[in-house]
Amino acid sequence: MSGQSNDQRKLLQADMQQAQEAVQEALAFAKSLGASAAECGLSQSRGLSVDSRLGEVETVEFNQDGSLGITVYRGHCKGAAATADLKPDAVKAAVSKANEIARFTSEDPYSGLADKALMADDYPELGLYFDANMDPEYAIEQTKRCEQAALDQDPRIVNSDGANYSSHAGFRVYGNSHGFIGSYMSSRQSLSCVLIGKEGDVMERDYAYTLARNPDLLQSPQQVAAAAVEATVSRLGARSLDTCKVPVLFHSDVAHGLFGHLVAAISGGSLYRKSSYLLDRLGTRVLPDWLTISEDPHVQGGLASSAFDHEGVRTEPREIVTNGELNTYLLTSYAARKMGMQPTGHAGGIHNWYVQHSGLDLDALCKKMGRGLLVTELMGQGVNIVTGDYSRGAAGFWVENGEIQYPVSEVTIAGNLDHMLQNLVAVGSDIDPRHGIQTGSVLVEQMSIAGN
Amino acid sequence: MHDEVKAQLLDRAEMSMTDLESGLAQLYQGSIDYADIYLQSSHHESWVLEDGIVKSGSFSIDRGLGVRAVEGEKTGFAYADDISTAALKQTAAAARGIAAAGQQKTVQALTATAAPSLYLPDNPLSAWKETQKIDILNAVDRHAKKQDPRISEVTVSLTAVYEHILVVATDGTLATDIRPLVRLNCSVLATQNGRRERGSAGGGGRFTYDYFAQRNERGQPRHFAFAEEAVRQALVNLEAEEAPAGKMPVVLGPGWPGVLLHEAVGHGLEGDFNRKGSSAFAGKMGQQVASKGVTVIDDGTLENRRGSLSVDDEGTPSQHNVLIEDGRLVGYMQDKLNARLMGMPATGNGRRESFAHLPMPRMTNTYMLGGEHSPDEIIGSVKNGIYAPYFAGGQVDITSGKFVFSASEAYLIENGKITRPIKGATLIGNGPASMQQISMIGNDLALDTGIGVCGKDGQSVPVGVGQPTLKLDAMTVGGTG
Repeated sequence: MSGQSNDQRKLLQADMQQAQEAVQEALAFAKSLGASAAECGLSQSRGLSVDSRLGEVETVEFNQDGSLGITVYRGHCKGAAATADLKPDAVKAAVSKANEIARFTSEDPYSGLADKALMADDYPELGLYFDANMDPEYAIEQTKRCEQAALDQDPRIVNSDGANYSSHAGFRVYGNSHGFIGSYMSSRQSLSCVLIGKEGDVMERDYAYTLARNPDLLQSPQQVAAAAVEATVSRLGARSLDTCKVPVLFHSDVAHGLFGHLVAAISGGSLYRKSSYLLDRLGTRVLPDWLTISEDPHVQGGLASSAFDHEGVRTEPREIVTNGELNTYLLTSYAARKMGMQPTGHAGGIHNWYVQHSGLDLDALCKKMGRGLLVTELMGQGVNIVTGDYSRGAAGFWVENGEIQYPVSEVTIAGNLDHMLQNLVAVGSDIDPRHGIQTGSVLVEQMSIAGN
Repeated sequence: MHDEVKAQLLDRAEMSMTDLESGLAQLYQGSIDYADIYLQSSHHESWVLEDGIVKSGSFSIDRGLGVRAVEGEKTGFAYADDISTAALKQTAAAARGIAAAGQQKTVQALTATAAPSLYLPDNPLSAWKETQKIDILNAVDRHAKKQDPRISEVTVSLTAVYEHILVVATDGTLATDIRPLVRLNCSVLATQNGRRERGSAGGGGRFTYDYFAQRNERGQPRHFAFAEEAVRQALVNLEAEEAPAGKMPVVLGPGWPGVLLHEAVGHGLEGDFNRKGSSAFAGKMGQQVASKGVTVIDDGTLENRRGSLSVDDEGTPSQHNVLIEDGRLVGYMQDKLNARLMGMPATGNGRRESFAHLPMPRMTNTYMLGGEHSPDEIIGSVKNGIYAPYFAGGQVDITSGKFVFSASEAYLIENGKITRPIKGATLIGNGPASMQQISMIGNDLALDTGIGVCGKDGQSVPVGVGQPTLKLDAMTVGGTG
């Protein structure tokens, strides 16, 4: 890489060094105010985002974001404050404010830092930072090339909502009054393209994108263009369906969302509020017995890799679901204390989930389904984690005799998550690598489709 | 210009109007058509009660400036979380980098925008003592729990934002605003025979917290009304049965179901999508796009409303904009860039989440005017259908016009009568087609209680919605029955 990129890494390293000092000073100041414990997180990110549309640059945006968050404990009373200004005075003001708030909040026996023994004292370097190209001229060229390739490819593409290139790099520092301090740098780039196709009077829009930490793993502008064209053109001529009950195949573009609902349902916050359909279901069947979901937080360069969570707790590889049985909840130290359990290193979210697949590609899954709906887009919220009731807008393709027949839109799909997930028929090998939850397409036994 | 804004944004940074004028001069060169500088400080606090105790409180200050330079359709944008002459110079240089350097042009003399203030400049964070904030949280908690023994897991949150903004632009704009915004929310869990359901209610606006302690139109203190409403919804949902599936008549209640308008037509009438021809409503100006009798308005000038603005984030005073009049499309919502490119006037809809985001056309308070039918008459006209008085939110694909919104409280209508509650279900339709399906408009126009958040291109802004009771002859209801 060029000398400029080396500078970028060094600059970031120097800033991260300063940020560590700011975190230490904030913690020391909290202590001097009489706090019994404190924790502080600081993240910063720099980069650019460029949009081109119809061959012209539309926006060139230079991003620079950062914030320091401090939580102060006075016994079991807690106060929090945040500041974007990292000058010593502003940080001190934030700490004072958090300390002040802790005088008014109630005694909560479950609040506090995670146990010292759980801190990730020796944490591995996970290689989440790669030198990235942040030159606006390069970004402009990528977007223009991508969009032009798309516009040239198919006459049914009549308009474009543009192409975007983003590149960001930054770091996160976390420290607490146990003496733990950890930090890491990370980067990510993406290229996306949104197209508009037309048939008769009806316009349809779709997109494609590529996203990676390592720029060498990005798809080329031509690949993104081809995927966007395919997605957009294939939607033209969409119609609704008659109301029916059929199997539903969630395309890998959207299938991760199903397991995202599982994340919400087994997260401590939902459980201790008794607001999950998976309450008291640890050790019971939540997926079919052929399915295992494993989590590996320590994948080098992984999108959702982290060596410690937002409380400094060491993360560990584990199985979330083993042969269909729920193996663990996802607990912060607070949730763990409330539930009389151990924290699992999930403060701030999950880390690289791998959903085991059945070895079938998308075509084979369509064949297995025979007759049903392949869903490529979901709309709206419509998911109730308390009851598992699921009802969302959908678009995709009608499949008959294992073959795609025609595009479908303006339908809803409905069911209950518990029933849907326990009765999965198959998971595809067509894994989407752009998410923290890596899964292929997912075939659900049966759902209610509402249409005409 | 507010002296307080000047003190908060300029004096504290040891900056003056001259520095801003120099900044504009630095930006306004060569082929740059327009440039602006946006200064903002935002104070935010949040208090949360759970398990009967005030578990956490948080506070943050964000201060910064955003600089934009526009050449034709091209925009350069940079920002800094620091208000200073150095930050201004640096961001201005980055933003104007989109165009070749050239001859310096004359910036229009800055003239303060005269816009009446739609809310008082009181700071909600400091107007109440911390103990008062704690007291109201506890009062809501107790009030919710005493409504019904089946209620547990009460969560109450209280938040306030207090914002100062100042915008200057090469077209001579000089505008300031002080924006308070408060919100109270109550969420409860009801349990019966092993079944659990949540209910939630809240509201707010551009006030201090006094608003919550005051009585509403029905003579109830507002914070108690929210608690009772959350409980009522949770208990209704305990009895809810499977929702039907398929196309059927749908009656929407007044107020918050105005989410329909926001999704079905609102986004589709934002200027940027129409300039680009990407909206299902593009090129339909002057045409009949909704049933006769349908008049839809976006109005940023309603006093103290959550979606209201004295001036938008480009310094344009907000307006009462008629979008659809008696079913005919008559107006778009515009920011300065899209207005200029389309040869139309700016409408006071140029909004941004913060100094770190670019402005774009956004809604303020979007509602439909009332009609002639009583709500009973409307429900009485439906043989088999559903009545949906409360929604969880929605989403739209502006290009195909497809939109969804999810009912969180709904009932069956059988032979003209509301009968049994049904589970929440997503409703899906096509915006332009659904607007033609409106067959009866109620005489009970209401605005929502002040809870709306609208997301577009990753930017969130507070908005309002409203409508009277409405009947749509056919919509697809996404149940399982």
